[in-house]
Amino acid sequence: MFGLNQKDGQLILIIAILVFLAPFLLNPFPVESELAQFNAGYPDLMQRFIIFGIFAIGFNILFGLTGYLSFGHAAFLGVGSYSAVWMFKLLSMNIIPAVILAVLVSGVFALVIGYISLRRSGIYFSILTLAFAQMSFALAYSVLTPITGGETGLQLALDDPRILGQQITEQGNIPVPSLFGLEMRDSMDVVIGPWLFTFNVGYYVCAIIMMISFYIAVRIFRSPFGMMLRAIKSNQQRVNYTGLYSRPYMLAAFVVSGMYAGLAGGLMAAMDPLAGAERMFWTASGEVVLMTILGGAGTLIGPVLGAGMIKYMENIISKINETILHEWFRWMPDGIEDLVVTLIYPFIGKGWHLTLGIIFMVVVIFLPGGLVEGGQRIMRLFRRRSKSRNTTNSSDTFDSAS
Amino acid sequence: MGILEVKNVRKRFGGLQALSNVNLSVTENSVHAIIGPNGAGKSTLLNCFVGKLIPDSGSVMFDGQSVLGRAPHEINQMGISRVFQTPEIFGDLSVMENMMIPCFAKRDGAFEFNAVSAISSQKDIIEQAEQVLEDMNMVNKRHMHASALSRGDKRRLEIGMCLSQEPRLLLLDEPTAGMARADTNNTIDLLKEIRDKRNITIAIIEHDMHVVFSLAERITVLAQGAPLVEDTPENIKGHPKVREAYLGETV
Ligand SMILES: Nc1ncnc2c1ncn2[C@@H]1O[C@H](COP(=O)(O)OP(=O)(O)O)[C@@H](O)[C@H]1O
Ligand SMILES: [Mg+2]
Repeated sequence: MFGLNQKDGQLILIIAILVFLAPFLLNPFPVESELAQFNAGYPDLMQRFIIFGIFAIGFNILFGLTGYLSFGHAAFLGVGSYSAVWMFKLLSMNIIPAVILAVLVSGVFALVIGYISLRRSGIYFSILTLAFAQMSFALAYSVLTPITGGETGLQLALDDPRILGQQITEQGNIPVPSLFGLEMRDSMDVVIGPWLFTFNVGYYVCAIIMMISFYIAVRIFRSPFGMMLRAIKSNQQRVNYTGLYSRPYMLAAFVVSGMYAGLAGGLMAAMDPLAGAERMFWTASGEVVLMTILGGAGTLIGPVLGAGMIKYMENIISKINETILHEWFRWMPDGIEDLVVTLIYPFIGKGWHLTLGIIFMVVVIFLPGGLVEGGQRIMRLFRRRSKSRNTTNSSDTFDSAS
Repeated sequence: MGILEVKNVRKRFGGLQALSNVNLSVTENSVHAIIGPNGAGKSTLLNCFVGKLIPDSGSVMFDGQSVLGRAPHEINQMGISRVFQTPEIFGDLSVMENMMIPCFAKRDGAFEFNAVSAISSQKDIIEQAEQVLEDMNMVNKRHMHASALSRGDKRRLEIGMCLSQEPRLLLLDEPTAGMARADTNNTIDLLKEIRDKRNITIAIIEHDMHVVFSLAERITVLAQGAPLVEDTPENIKGHPKVREAYLGETV
């Protein structure tokens, strides 16, 4: 199917179903229940899951396949956002030209930054990419203010030209991003008994784009190009002495992954039409590294899982406060309740970074393959139980990165 | 005129003259051995052939073209493949994938952005890689991770990878170092077969005299960075200077 083997086809199908049903799956708790705050099925967060998923999928093409650790990918995210907002200002509020420009401009940036950074490998490569990203961040804040809006960020205004679209709505407002009239912020609420589910246009647009991006990533992983990248990660010297010129391979991987970052940045602007320099800050570059490693670098689905997990913690765990904890443990005797709350408190709310840090360390030490490896181990455990009589497995040669 | 012509090559590392005025001519479709004590400069000389090092002076011509100043991948595409002293393979990839990569390099050249087609659709590459694995007697290990192979198998794999490119000149740096006797004999048989079946020139560095005298048609003895003598195996065996400088220590 679509040039995929059966296993990959199934994987994509499962993800498509999960992503399609996400508004249900992420809102499992009734609105009035105490657990409702664990519901992640609101449009803003669901969009972020998807957008950072795309960011991480692209980052993984570089880091997961070649082992080159870029510490400056947020620069491409920022460039994508700025490009998209400029398209909204100059052309129209249709997201398609905005997203296309975001991908192209970030691709050009990646070509230049990659060309220079790839003259070095290892830590020097990482430092070079970091330096470029921080430089972009600083420039966006200062010299480039006419293009980037400086500290206030780049915003839409009533007097933007929007030559192909509507400059001002009939109500005298700035128009909102849309896809041929379908507004990104439009949502439909569905109430089923005590449950509330929100279906948002922007989310589904992002979801479809993510599925296409994911499909392309799978094709790259299974292609001769993908195999060359894995060969470079394994032994670059042997690659060179085998008659292969590793630098253009690396550069191609760098540009492709920069374009994914630009796509993510463009979609961010399409969901919320503004862009700021903080999107390029080094912590944003670090975040995508964490997502990829947490989920499983070099695996297909890992980066998406990692992105989801980190965004969930950032938005949900961080919202739990002391009062909520007391409510949960009200059923305990007073003294013990206070003790339990005191013990848990540092790990929630603003302390979510601590929890994330601990999870990250545990994963890196015990599950070098990330959450995907964790999942695989659990699956294997089940399989060993269910069929103790073993049948020789006929694994495919080319699925070493599943 | 040999396929590989080395003239007046010198290479200095700081205060150490690793190669001093090396001249060497390797005849096409022959097996030429380079022997000499540890530190004589044998690996350094090979490094000058494949673009890993650039000599301070002198020339290295392959088939009438200079290799000096060319990048390793360019030299390989000219037709020189090298097996390293410690096996250089793709440890994280399967044996089959290891074998396919040089096949791609042979078919598509130094760079080809082929991110569209699936590897499994590259029937010609798969067939070719399987054929070489068969020649190397490694078909049953095709799914293994290359890093899990025994040392002897890693060496076989690396030789196979080089052969799959059908190079005109194959450089071998101590291919039997650290191998058990049985593995060494297998490697000799393998190399003999390659020599007899293919149009290929082999330059081999080797410590094991048994290997050298089973394979080589000409031998160059290198000592302290300079060729001492070059002759046929029979004459080398009896050469007093060689006995004194080298064979005396190991035979
Ligand atoms: N890259 C290098 N830098 C400095 N010294 C080197 C380098 N490569 C080899 N040498 C030195 O050059 C001499 C020759 O080394 P080599 O060619 O490896 O000898 P061998 O004949 O055993 O293969 C040795 O003394 C070695 O220490
Ligand atoms: Mg050596």
